[in-house]
Amino acid sequence: MPARLKLFLPLILFAVLALFLFRGLELDPRELPSALIDRPLPEFALPALGEARQLTRADVTGEVALFNVWATWCVSCRVEHPYLQQLADLGVRIYGVNYKDEDDAARRWLDELGDPYLANIADHEGSLGLDLGVYGAPETYLVDAGGIVRYRHVGVVDERVWQEVLEPLYRQFSEEVRSR
Amino acid sequence: MKLILQALALALMLFQGTALAVIETYEFSSPELEQRYRELSQELRCPKCQNQNIADSNAPISQDLRKLLYQQLEAGANDEEILDYMVARYGEFVRYRPSFSGATAILWLAPVLLLLAAIAVAALVLRARRDASAGLTAEDQQRLDTLLRQAGDGEKDT
Repeated sequence: MPARLKLFLPLILFAVLALFLFRGLELDPRELPSALIDRPLPEFALPALGEARQLTRADVTGEVALFNVWATWCVSCRVEHPYLQQLADLGVRIYGVNYKDEDDAARRWLDELGDPYLANIADHEGSLGLDLGVYGAPETYLVDAGGIVRYRHVGVVDERVWQEVLEPLYRQFSEEVRSR
Repeated sequence: MKLILQALALALMLFQGTALAVIETYEFSSPELEQRYRELSQELRCPKCQNQNIADSNAPISQDLRKLLYQQLEAGANDEEILDYMVARYGEFVRYRPSFSGATAILWLAPVLLLLAAIAVAALVLRARRDASAGLTAEDQQRLDTLLRQAGDGEKDT
């Protein structure tokens, strides 16, 4: 190696390191890839919140929908709630997974703040949450018409998340159904 | 001696910290299960936390996973079944020693590759150094002597 080039070695190393560190600034270590992506939504049989019926996987699949994992003890869920209501008003299909919550508290929440959900799965023990790989509310899963999990968002769904990530996927999978 | 005692005290404190972190206790049907519970709960990583195993973490998800681990052990599942069950739900992240696959290959291979790279660089540097000090040719030696003599003369002048 020519001696002159050797002089630049530290600079090159620094540049490479800086590039990696700069990239690292934008990465969120909390964002785990879900193990369920491109796998079917797990089977379950759980009561519907505020209704006398049982819900199973077959009841909530068949069309593209969001599955929002929420609970009354979850502060961020309250932040997220008005935006979910807006989405529901636009016709977005949202199911709720009421995660490790009490039915009374959950029903009161929906009465007071509005109910954006087509139905709520009352997951008292967190068994569906476990099968989904939920590690904290809120989480939102996008499930396609075939009942396959396509995306998982951890944290609050807001306008930015919806427009940049969820809406394109929601549209894409909705169109796939129509073209079939 | 005092230093050793201080180090021991510190080690004891740190050790206690981890021992006290778990609140709930489970009654195991055999000491062997309890031992496996302890090993697996150290091996499994809390998905909510960035770097804690489920034995040390107080996060609700860790409590759930400990309970699940207990139930599965009592139900007679072997270690592999339990780990597969966890990985199927939480991904390889949940294991501190992920299995070898395309996605985790870099984790396992990087230390070996870095070591090999370091050895290669060290070999190159050492060889270059040996070549440089391999001794001067007669011609070079003569030039050196001349230069040294000139420098010596120069010093006398001033």
